[in-house]
Amino acid sequence: MHQEPRDNQLNVEPLRAQEVREQWKLLSLASPALLVIVAIILIPVTWLFYLSFVGGDGQFSLEHYRKMIEYKSYSRTFITTFKVSILTTLICILIGYPLAYFLALLPQRLAGLFMLAVLLPFWTSLLVRTYAWLVLLQRKGILNDFAMQIGLWDSPVKLVHNMTGTLIGMAHIMLPFLVLPLYSAMKKIERDMMHAASNLGASPTYAFWKVYFPLSLSGLVAGSLIVFVLCLGFYVTPAVLGGGRVVMVSTQITAILENQFNWGAASALGVVLLLATLLILYLASRLFKLDAVLFGKD
Amino acid sequence: MSWLNRPASDTQVTHGGRLWLYLVAAIVMILLVVPTLIVIPMSFSDSQYLEFPPSNWSLRWYHEYLESSKWMRATLTSIKVGILTMCIATPLGTMAAYALFVSGHRAARPVFLLLITPMIVPVILIAIGTFYAYGRVGLNNTIPGLVLAHTALATPLVMIVITSALRTYDLNQERVARSLGANPVYAFFVITLPQIKFSVMTAALLSFLTSFDEVIIAIFISGGVNATITKHMFSALRDFIDPTIAAISTILVLISTLLLLVTQYIGSREK
Repeated sequence: MHQEPRDNQLNVEPLRAQEVREQWKLLSLASPALLVIVAIILIPVTWLFYLSFVGGDGQFSLEHYRKMIEYKSYSRTFITTFKVSILTTLICILIGYPLAYFLALLPQRLAGLFMLAVLLPFWTSLLVRTYAWLVLLQRKGILNDFAMQIGLWDSPVKLVHNMTGTLIGMAHIMLPFLVLPLYSAMKKIERDMMHAASNLGASPTYAFWKVYFPLSLSGLVAGSLIVFVLCLGFYVTPAVLGGGRVVMVSTQITAILENQFNWGAASALGVVLLLATLLILYLASRLFKLDAVLFGKD
Repeated sequence: MSWLNRPASDTQVTHGGRLWLYLVAAIVMILLVVPTLIVIPMSFSDSQYLEFPPSNWSLRWYHEYLESSKWMRATLTSIKVGILTMCIATPLGTMAAYALFVSGHRAARPVFLLLITPMIVPVILIAIGTFYAYGRVGLNNTIPGLVLAHTALATPLVMIVITSALRTYDLNQERVARSLGANPVYAFFVITLPQIKFSVMTAALLSFLTSFDEVIIAIFISGGVNATITKHMFSALRDFIDPTIAAISTILVLISTLLLLVTQYIGSREK
């Protein structure tokens, strides 16, 4: 390396200053979005955080959090929330994996066509889909009629306003969130890998479990995580299809606000929900290098 | 059926050996689509009770919907809020995505994470948070309040769509324009924007739909004359099954199908 003459470095300082100025000017383009997020999300959520530590007498207190540990109804709510979230995620994995695998095997054009089956419900209003299940599953609904006609059961079975209905509706709504990331992970798997495995004598099943499945795992984890986290805070479907019998954290929060107008207790529940979500995302990101999966960064 | 014996993949699995996969995939796809579509024929029944197939066809529930001032006002509110949200969230998200992607500043990553918090914070928390905060500043039951809250939800989605579009775009083109004397704003609008315009359109549709379909926040902060269609639908669903909902649902399914097809078309144009 030869030394540059000092003269050529005369404008280094102004140029660097100009670059920094330009960077800041660029960054300032993000400020309107930042302003909205801070005003609408961060300030209100921080406010709730504060409210959760204010007792009935207006003083600082931990009573709302203490009640969560002492009262049976709260622990039941948490258990129900986790149960619904875990079961929904499992159902989605079980039926979503074969679907994503099928779509990934298809030639591009056909895959695009069949993909509409995943995208249509994804784009359809949540309320419409919840309503559809309410209609299908009710006592005199199509499903009960059909099952009795083909002799599956004799008298109408209660399929909705309970856990069964909630799980069916939730799985239907969450499935695209699992299939889409899983599909894009599967598309990135090189076909040569499977070719090589079978050339080396692996049976199709063995090659699938030893080569394909591990490579699709990043998409599966990302999809399951999105589904699980969305389930934790889900409101509409459990409220409608659960018919008041499936009390999740979000339904409990609204019930507290509607019946007791107790902002402290509702906020405390919300804070716990948020912390649980963040904890799960944090743990998962430590375990699975989620940056690469969720943000597409390498 | 010689097709069944033909290899389906590189690992010598025949289509016959994969029949179970095709069967499972078909069932799952039917389960995904049919429940949404089944509402359509039911909406044309003239009975008070939803039946399938309807014994008598009629447009009774569509009349009910179109002649109800409550539903019409709510529909108008939802459309208004959706369009306003789209008009604000699309430029806001595009600007932010562009700024954070192009500047290699250290602050870009933390700011990006901050801006996508609405996707991480449970919506119920955003709903009660804005309800409480709006109560203090008098924004509850107003259109601006609803538009602001929906903008906060839609902006991160716009950012993600635009960021992924920028990733496939060669920024050097803009640098060339700059070196030829274009100022940054001119270079963006003339060189960059035309090349990511399809993604911008997709992002705009997505932000409209995000607002139009949003339920939880609307339940809390919209009301009175400014209640949204989703708020009325939700209370109707929780209390009793009103067949008018079937008619409204059919209209909503048609709107989302249309928007989906538009984005698919846009996507194919982009390639």
